[in-house]
Order: sequence, then C-alpha cells, then structure tokens
Amino acid sequence: MPQSAENVLDHAPLFRQPEYVEMLAKKGREENMPPREKTKEVADWTKSWEYREKNFARDSLSVNPAKACQPLGAVFVAAGFDKTLSFVHGSQGCVAYYRSHLSRHFKEPSSIVSSSMTEDAAVFGGLNNMIDGLQNAYSLYKPNMIAVSTTCMAEVIGDDLHAFITTSKQKGSVPEAFDVPFAHTPAFVGSHTTGYDNMLKGILDHFWSKAERTPSDSINLIPGFDGFAVGNNRELKRMLDVMGVKYTLLSDVSDQFDTPSDGEFRMFSGGTTIEATKDALNAKATLSLQEYCTPKTLGAIAERGQETANFHYPMGVAGTDELLMKISELTGKAIPAELELERGRLIDALADSQAWLHGKTYAIYGDPDFVYGMARFILETGGEPRHCLATNGNAAWEQQMQALFASSEHGNLCKAWGGRDLWHMRSLLATEKVDLLIGNSYGKYLERDVGTPLIRLAFPIFDRHHHHRFPTWGYQGGLRVLVTLLDKIFDKIDVDTIIPAVTDYSYDITR
Amino acid sequence: MSYTNDGGAHKALIEEVLKAYPDKSRKRRQKHLGVAAVDGESPEANADEALGHTECDVKSNIKSLPGVMTVRGCAYAGSKGVVWGPVKDMVHISHGPVGCGQYSWSQRRNYYIGTTGVDTFVTMQFTTDFQEKDIVFGGDKKLEKVIDEINELFPLAKGITIQSECPIGLIGDDIEAVAKKKNKESGKTIVPVRCEGFRGVSQSLGHHIANDSIRDWVFDKRPVEFESTPYDVNVIGDYNIGGDAWASRILLEEMGLRVVGNWSGDATLTEIERAPKGKLNLIHCYRSMNYICRHMEEKYGMPWLEYNFFGPSQIAAGLRKIAERFDDKIKEGAERVIAKYQPLVDAVIARFRPRLEGKSVMLYVGGLRPRHVVTAYEDLGMVIAGTGYEFGHNDDYQRTGHYVKEGTLIYDDVTAYELDKFIEAIRPNLVGSGIKEKYPVQKLGIPFRQMHSWDYSGPYHGYDGFAIFARDMDMAINNPVWGLFKPPWKRGEVGAAE
Repeated sequence: MPQSAENVLDHAPLFRQPEYVEMLAKKGREENMPPREKTKEVADWTKSWEYREKNFARDSLSVNPAKACQPLGAVFVAAGFDKTLSFVHGSQGCVAYYRSHLSRHFKEPSSIVSSSMTEDAAVFGGLNNMIDGLQNAYSLYKPNMIAVSTTCMAEVIGDDLHAFITTSKQKGSVPEAFDVPFAHTPAFVGSHTTGYDNMLKGILDHFWSKAERTPSDSINLIPGFDGFAVGNNRELKRMLDVMGVKYTLLSDVSDQFDTPSDGEFRMFSGGTTIEATKDALNAKATLSLQEYCTPKTLGAIAERGQETANFHYPMGVAGTDELLMKISELTGKAIPAELELERGRLIDALADSQAWLHGKTYAIYGDPDFVYGMARFILETGGEPRHCLATNGNAAWEQQMQALFASSEHGNLCKAWGGRDLWHMRSLLATEKVDLLIGNSYGKYLERDVGTPLIRLAFPIFDRHHHHRFPTWGYQGGLRVLVTLLDKIFDKIDVDTIIPAVTDYSYDITR
Repeated sequence: MSYTNDGGAHKALIEEVLKAYPDKSRKRRQKHLGVAAVDGESPEANADEALGHTECDVKSNIKSLPGVMTVRGCAYAGSKGVVWGPVKDMVHISHGPVGCGQYSWSQRRNYYIGTTGVDTFVTMQFTTDFQEKDIVFGGDKKLEKVIDEINELFPLAKGITIQSECPIGLIGDDIEAVAKKKNKESGKTIVPVRCEGFRGVSQSLGHHIANDSIRDWVFDKRPVEFESTPYDVNVIGDYNIGGDAWASRILLEEMGLRVVGNWSGDATLTEIERAPKGKLNLIHCYRSMNYICRHMEEKYGMPWLEYNFFGPSQIAAGLRKIAERFDDKIKEGAERVIAKYQPLVDAVIARFRPRLEGKSVMLYVGGLRPRHVVTAYEDLGMVIAGTGYEFGHNDDYQRTGHYVKEGTLIYDDVTAYELDKFIEAIRPNLVGSGIKEKYPVQKLGIPFRQMHSWDYSGPYHGYDGFAIFARDMDMAINNPVWGLFKPPWKRGEVGAAE
C-alpha cells in the first residue's frame, strides 16, 4: 500500500512508490512513445552547435518567449492609481488570465473587469458591452476611476474607445464627470511594457490635456512594469524621503499588491491619487526608471514642457548613483550622508565577497531595462553577463547593451539578444555554458535541461514566495541582490562538495 | 450524511446581494442564483437513493454580464488549457498574439512522464506570436512556416494542434487548409481548432470544439494497431492534475481492467487514436468530454459511464458501478480493491474526521467538482453550504441535485461581488475555488483551498488521493494563522472575534 494516514505522501514521493513505478512503466510500454535511445539521441542533438544554428535560423515560431501582451501592462499600471478599476474591453477570458497571472506572482487579489464580448459583439461591435459594463462595474465596485484598455479582439474589429466611452456617459452608465481614461492596447503590438506605456499615457492625457501647466519644484517618477514593485517602490520612496524631495510616483502598486490579512478584503489599497496625478503636470521633471516601459509617455510629458530622463532599472552601485545624482541635480537637494553610508555598506559587502564573484559568468533574461540594470550590476561584481536576452528587446536595446559591455573589461565576451526566446537561451546555455542563470520561474526548465543554477529576480516568480516584498533597487536593494547571488554560489559549492570521502575535503566551514 | 441548510436565510441573502445591481442586470443575475429545494417529482431525483434529491433550478450557460467581474475564461482556455494541452507528445500552438499561451503556460499541473522539449511538450509555450502585419495580411503563411519549423526542431513530436486565439476567426484565416496541406506534406496529424476566445460564453464551448476536432481530425485518420481484450476501458475527462489520473488508474488496473487510453492527462496521440477500440468509456469530467463519449457511442457503439473518484463512498460506489459492466472476475476485483483500501480509508477518517466534523464548505469551481467533491467532504463529516459552476449547463445542475442538501445556496457564473458578499455573510469554515478567489477570501480570515489546481498539491482522486485531500483540508482549516489576524490589543473590543 503506497499511501498511509499517518504519513501522508504527496505527489512527488507517492508516485515513486513501487506500485506506481510499476504501473507507469507498464503504461510507458503502451504509449507508443519513441524508444528511450531515440529520445536520448535527439535530446543530445538539441544541445549541439548544429541545433543551435537551426534554432537561431527560425524566423516565425516562438518557443517559451519571455514576454506577455499589452493589456497585462495596462492593468498593472492602472492598479497603481488610487481606487482604480481596470476595465478591459474585449473577450473575457483574457481578463481571467491577467488576474490569475498577477495573483500567482504577488500572492494577492487582482480585481479587473471585462466587457465580456462574444460572437455577436464581434459582428456588431462592443458598444452595448461598454455601456452595460461601465454601469455594472461602477455600481458594484464603486471605484474612483475606471481605466479602460483593450484585448486584441476589440482591436481587430476596430472598436473606438473614445466614442464608446462618450456614448456610455451620455447614456448614463457613469456620471459625466467620472474619470474614465483609456488606451488602445493591441496584443499584437509590442509587449506588456508597451501596454504599460500606452495606459499610463492614456491616464495622463485624460487628466492633463485640458489643464494649464504651472511649473513647480516637484518631480515625478515612473517605476515601470516591475515584479518587485512592492519592495522597490517603497525603497524608492524611502530614498526620496531621506533626500527631502517633493515627488509623485506615477503609478505605485506597492500597497495594492501587498495588503494585510486582518479580516478585511481591500479591493483597492494605496496608489497615486487623482489629485496627485493632476498636479504631476506641474512637476519640474519626470524620471522613468525603465526606459522601455515609457517611450510614448515620456515623449508626451516632454511636450508639456517638463524635463525628462531615462534609467534602466536602478540596480547596483552605478545604477543607483546615477539616479540619485539626477534627482539631486533636478531638485537641488544634496545626497544625504545617510544614503552615502548605505552606499559605503554595499561597497563594503562587495569588497568582502569579491573573490567569490569575480569572473563568474551569467546568462540574464527578462524585460530590457531589468536585463540592463542586472548586467550592469554583475559587471560591478567582476562577473561576466555573457548571454543577455530580452524577448521584447529591440535593436536600440541591443546597442545600449553592447555599449555597456564595452565599458568594462569583463564585457568582452558578452552579447545581447533582442527578440529571442527561452528556447534560444537553451541553445546558448547548452553550447556556451555559464555559471549562473538569472531570470524568472520559467528559467527552472532551463536549469533542468542544462544544469545552470537559476536565480529568480525577474517577473513572474510563481514557485518561490514573497521575494517581491523586498527591494532590489537602491543600495539596500543591491545588498539583497548580492546576497541572493552569493547564496546560490555557496549552495552550489556545498552541493558539489558534499560527498563524504570523495569531494568533502572542500566542504569548507569558512568562506 | 443528513443535514439541511437554512434555505430561507440563503434566499434573503440573495435578495440583499442583488440590491447593488442596476435594474437590468439585477433581473438577469437573479436567475442564476437560487437555493436547492426538495424535489419530489423529477423521475431522475430518485435515481440514486444514496444521494440527495434536490432541485437546483438556476439559469446557466448564457452570456456573462459585462463589467461584473465574472470568473469565467474562454473557449481557448477550454480547448488548449483543458482538453488538448495535456496530450503530451503533440505540440500545441497558441495561434495568435503571445498573451494567451503565456498566461496559461504550465498552469494546470497536468502531470506527465517524458523528456520535455524532446519527446513531450506539455509545459512549453509554442506561439505564432502575431504581430500587426499578421493581422493585416493574414497569418496562414506564418502558420505554415511555424509548422515547418516545429517539424525541423522537434522531430519526435507526433503531431500538432492549432489552438486559435481571438484574431484568427476575425481576420478570415483558413487554418483548416493549412492543416490539410501540412498533413499531406509531413504525414503527421495536424489538428486545427476553432477555439477563438470570443466563441461561446465560457470555457465550455472550447471543450466542445476540442472534442469535435478529435472526431473530425484524429479518429479514423490513420491505421491503429491494437490487440483488444474484453477489459479495455478509456478514462475520459481526467487531466491528471497533480497525478489524479494515475491515482485512479491504479485502482482500475488492480480490479482487472486495462486502461488503454487516458484523456487527456499524460496521454499520447496513440491513446486518443485507439480509444474507439475500447469496450467502455469511463467519464469523470462529464462537462468537458461528454461530447466525444456520445460520438463514440453513436459511431462505434461504445457505451459510456459516469463515475466519481473523490472520497471513499463515491469511489466504492464507482468501482462497483463500473464492475457491473463486466464479468464476475472484475466484480470480484472491485470488491478486492475496496476491501484492500478500507483500512487506509478508516485510518484517514479516524485521523482527520474529528478535526473537520461539522465544518462548513462553500465551493465555486468548474467542470465536475462543484458536485463531485461534495461527498468527499461529507466523508470527512463536513457540510456543504453553497456550490456553483463557472461554466455548467442545465444537465450539470440537474446532477448537482443528486448531491446537495435542501437549502444549499446555488450560484451560477457568480460574480466576484456576489461571491464575496455570500462568503462574508455565511462565513463558512472553508472555501474551495480558484486562484482569483483565493486571496480575497483569505484576507477575510477564512481558510481556502484552490480546487482547480489542488493548491499545488494532489492527487485528490482515488484512495491515495483521498488521504492527501483530507490532510490538506485539515491543514487549511486548522492552521494557527487564522487565530493571529486580530492584534491582542484589539481583541477586547466589543464584537471582536477571539
């Protein structure tokens, strides 16, 4: 009997019990699967240079891409505004997917509504769905703002959000003065980072288009699409508070995706208020912490007379230095001793550990700005970010990456791969091995196939809990990233040296 | 187990919750909410004396209202996510933009044995990743190229399915022509599936479309080598979530049957192709696969039988019901299996029932679970306060009447607003639903288990699974965290929970 009440076996050990091993072996013989030797032969071939060349020659098929579609970014950025409900116009299944996806990463509720368009709407357009949908959403969930984006279905049939929302208001779905910003977010253009940009621009356009700008000394910061936003936005705000700067985060999801368990379900929590969003027009400057999440938004802001600046996921020493110096320059506030102390502590930690990091080779994938910021920090540790891949990275990003590599003697053998997917990454890792892989949960399949240890620092992280609650930005965040790298390196050495009387001479107690 | 729920209170609750809706929507939602009533008339009601006889008369399988936060998914989810996705030695292309395949990638825990990326492909995301030019000029050329690239890079794939996303049906692509052409060139099975997300009102139509595509593009297309025995059965509608199908198969084989196909968890194309050669189809998830069973009955004269492998009372009843269709050898086998596992059942109940006795449960799931797991909870002494289906049809609610007791709250395609209010008012000891419901419920201080993915646990089917199920429900309800919600300095307040 494989199972028992006293010691309940979960799936992993249960199916390794002899009864199941025998049953599965019998099933295996009846499945008409390829012979084991054939599978082995093909498996080895998939890790060859020959296969790599075939793999990189494909121009149509995408296998295990590391990107999502526009509306995900749209609902993410909208979640960062106070009591804002995302309303996605189009098929309803998409919304079920965004909600699940965000909940699985943040381990938090994700509340989004759909206009639930079906075949009749595909023929006649989704105006009635918009009219009824806005009214239902407004009546049931009582948001301060409804941010409308689109699924590809509504885009293909050409529904006009501006006209639909105007008509809905005329029909009394929501009060005339109720804020319903919108953005068209076709899934077949760009990725989730594009959707972030479009929706944010939609929200700013909504509040700013008819307003006059009266310049102030405040600054705006746009965090961008970030799986670590809970920890990172809080760290960013802490640094800004320490500097005594007046600022507004344009979209801050840190409270929305980190609500307490105290007996109350908060559908909405925190976020940028409508007042702050309106005021943000007057700011002196807007800084985007992720260039590739905000090209259109920043362009529009610049047109309104603000200074703008781009950063790439401010991770590590120089990434943080650069951001703080820019903030200091814009606001006239000096970088305080407190932050300088934190910087010194990060450098101290780097110096203490440099022998374990120097010369380590890495593969990194994720959104373009994350990959840039991560690679930059790796170079600071003396590591080599050999394979840097962003499925939603373009040629301009590749050039920026190459310039980064050229700036360090550790960058000689590094290469950026824009528009490639994780099946390409598999070929890279199989043919040109590296010590460590940095990415998201899906990287575990690469770890399984090629044995490169995975460090989870990018969205989405489904199979580890709560990492996103701690920052990776700033000097404090740098410390956390450093410890994460080191833990993986030390754990690997321990695993490799743990066999008694064979390898355990190197199973050292002090390192 | 004999108990009733307070139907009057549940009716009043429905009225109260509906007040928040605008008139038009209130009228429509009203029809989806109800209370199980005693049913003396329906001939079906007394079909199975062991089960309850109530009537769950709610409207179902119609369009969700816009803007209300339905939990439902789409036809693509029903086809790629449920029916086709688990078939392990085929490549399933998410045909269209990148998102659908991305969000559903590796999320249903359809366990399988194989070398992923070489001879099996379940936990991979293959997509045509549509760009604007594909929408404007059509995607058939790209699809052809993608199929060629799959055949080159994944030579051991036995076949390919094309899982249509929304744009495909809107831009007039002819994926059937592509499938035929590529089948001719490569000799491999290529199945076009018209499961665009806007079709139908939920996942349900996607199941149906996927079933039909098996009928039209797999059955009788290639010669099937097969030596039959009198004991050949197919398990239909078990997706092997957390290993469910394995924990079921072991029982069927122990009683002397031969499982020649498992649809579709851990399945190969060969298992699908040879299914009509079996003697009996055993269907677990009726909702998602009854269509193909009815087809096999009509075309091949193959009977089918519904069964339920959740919880010992239903497992034993199911094993006996299945054995009835065979000779004495199998009947004896069923009794042998039931007797063999009885000590395990007794020990599980002895350990967990005292910790769960009388605890109330609210369910909101899809497929078969809103009714099938009811008796598993009752085996542990727990009671069901409410249940409902994301995408059930009228025949599901009829069958539900055989399971639930009088006064049970019934909710079809429940909205997040309604479910939240129902749960807050009833405050059950446990809620079983999905990932989107999990965190809102837990914030209220109410224990929760995901009943789609088994909350990353499982199997829950079979006797071995029942032990895990019982342990998991105990863990969920009796974890100390629920006692920590209120800070000690607030526990003295009037009305504060201890």
